[in-house]
Amino acid sequence: MTQPTTTSAALPDVSGYRLVPERHWGRWAAVAIIAVLLAGLARAFAVGDIEWNYVGEFFTAPAIMQGLVNTIWMSIAAMALGIALGVGTAIMRMSPNPVLQGVAMGYTWLFRGTPVILQLLLWFNLALVFPTVGFGDWSMRTVDVMTPMLAALLGLGINQGAYTSEVVRAGMLSVDIGQYEAAKSIGMTRMKSLRRIVLPQAMRVIIPPLGNEFIGMVKLTSLASVIQFAEILHASQNIYYANSRVIELLIVAAIWYLIIVSILTPLQMLLERRFARGTGGSR
Amino acid sequence: MSNAPLVSIVKVEKHFGSFHALKSVSLDVHAGEVLCIIGASGSGKTTLLRCINQLVQPDGGAIWVDGDLTGHRIQGHSLHPLSEAEIARQRLSTGMVFQRFNLFPHMTALENIIEGPVQVLGRPRRECEAEARALLERVGLAHKADAYPANLSGGQQQRVAIARALAMKPKLMLFDEPTSALDPELVGEVLAVMKELARSGMTMIVVTHELGFAREVADRVVFMDHGSIVESGTAAEVLGSPRETRTQAFLSAVLS
Repeated sequence: MTQPTTTSAALPDVSGYRLVPERHWGRWAAVAIIAVLLAGLARAFAVGDIEWNYVGEFFTAPAIMQGLVNTIWMSIAAMALGIALGVGTAIMRMSPNPVLQGVAMGYTWLFRGTPVILQLLLWFNLALVFPTVGFGDWSMRTVDVMTPMLAALLGLGINQGAYTSEVVRAGMLSVDIGQYEAAKSIGMTRMKSLRRIVLPQAMRVIIPPLGNEFIGMVKLTSLASVIQFAEILHASQNIYYANSRVIELLIVAAIWYLIIVSILTPLQMLLERRFARGTGGSR
Repeated sequence: MSNAPLVSIVKVEKHFGSFHALKSVSLDVHAGEVLCIIGASGSGKTTLLRCINQLVQPDGGAIWVDGDLTGHRIQGHSLHPLSEAEIARQRLSTGMVFQRFNLFPHMTALENIIEGPVQVLGRPRRECEAEARALLERVGLAHKADAYPANLSGGQQQRVAIARALAMKPKLMLFDEPTSALDPELVGEVLAVMKELARSGMTMIVVTHELGFAREVADRVVFMDHGSIVESGTAAEVLGSPRETRTQAFLSAVLS
């Protein structure tokens, strides 16, 4: 006969009792309140002075479509430029060379220190400073080179690089010092160890904030409307200057922004999973 | 001695701020020799080991590995610092095993081992993979080739780390307290791999607290204290009948 593990013969045996699930009364109350508020909001917009048929009509208008394409590719191009500059700047900032460190810190200071809309205006009006650009005998008028598109790309991309460099630097700092030493011990130079060992591990830390920055960039492109870059907000404004359907066209632009951002979020999750290799599942 | 030592450490000095980590340390290690360095933490033994493969650059003195002065090039009667790439090339003659394993977590065991041969030596991947599988077999982990470090035990990770260092075909292996971060039941499997390596004729410098290992495997044992070599001799001499009172004090503290 085995010894009983407890001596609590006087306590009731609860092994046969029914398990009652926890009731979340507060949640149901909150859902009810939110539903009422949303219904009120929907009604306000439905009976408000919005001609919804204009939203439908202009949603896929050619000018809006062109603006959408411009918004998307400018976001990608400016972000690519920002990532390239950011990685380079972070590597310079982490280098043992004080000159490179100083250049990196100066760049970050300058471009984080001024509003991006001001930077866009400066690039666009570069012709006021340098009427011509070129090398040696070859030169062009700056106004011909510095199109709204190029000004937007430079303004948004270079500004983004300053922010991205700090994100990349945080990622590099998150990698254990032992990884740098192990890379050195198998004969790797600094650049090779960064490329093969440190940056792939830093990506896991870098991607969530970078996804955030990319979503920010999609919306930041709207600032380029002030320098006549034909992105989606600029396209919407051009239409409402003509037909005065201000709110309807702003709603068109808003819906498109929401669609782009909604597509980006799952893409970010896929990337995160890709760089979580070796960490025992996605975290 | 007829042949020159593989490692020649001559009056090496190292300061970390006001801390004098190495005080005029001199030591020769010959090819095929297994040298164990023992001593309390802070005695400078790990710093000495890291100076040999230039993870730490000494402030004074000289270290010669395989006939090359480390860290500097001799021109006439002056020493010129080597470039980063030249230092990386010098490191190829030494392999290092770390206390905390330092495997690359984003690579499988096999990828960890072929990383150096493929990326640094530029050798064909297929050939390196075959060699890596042979090395995994040698450390008893042939079945773990595709496992990531996170899915290996500490002892298995350290054995992969030894294989990764061996894949570069070094002339000298440095071990920095290779079993200190391991659970007690995993120490044996790592020491067994190291014993096999010692028997195969590899030159090894081992910083360790495993006195049993030192007694069994070491050709020579060096005791360090406060940045200096206090006593050096065979394992029987240094561990069995130490002459210096500081060695006696250390051993009685460790063994009690």
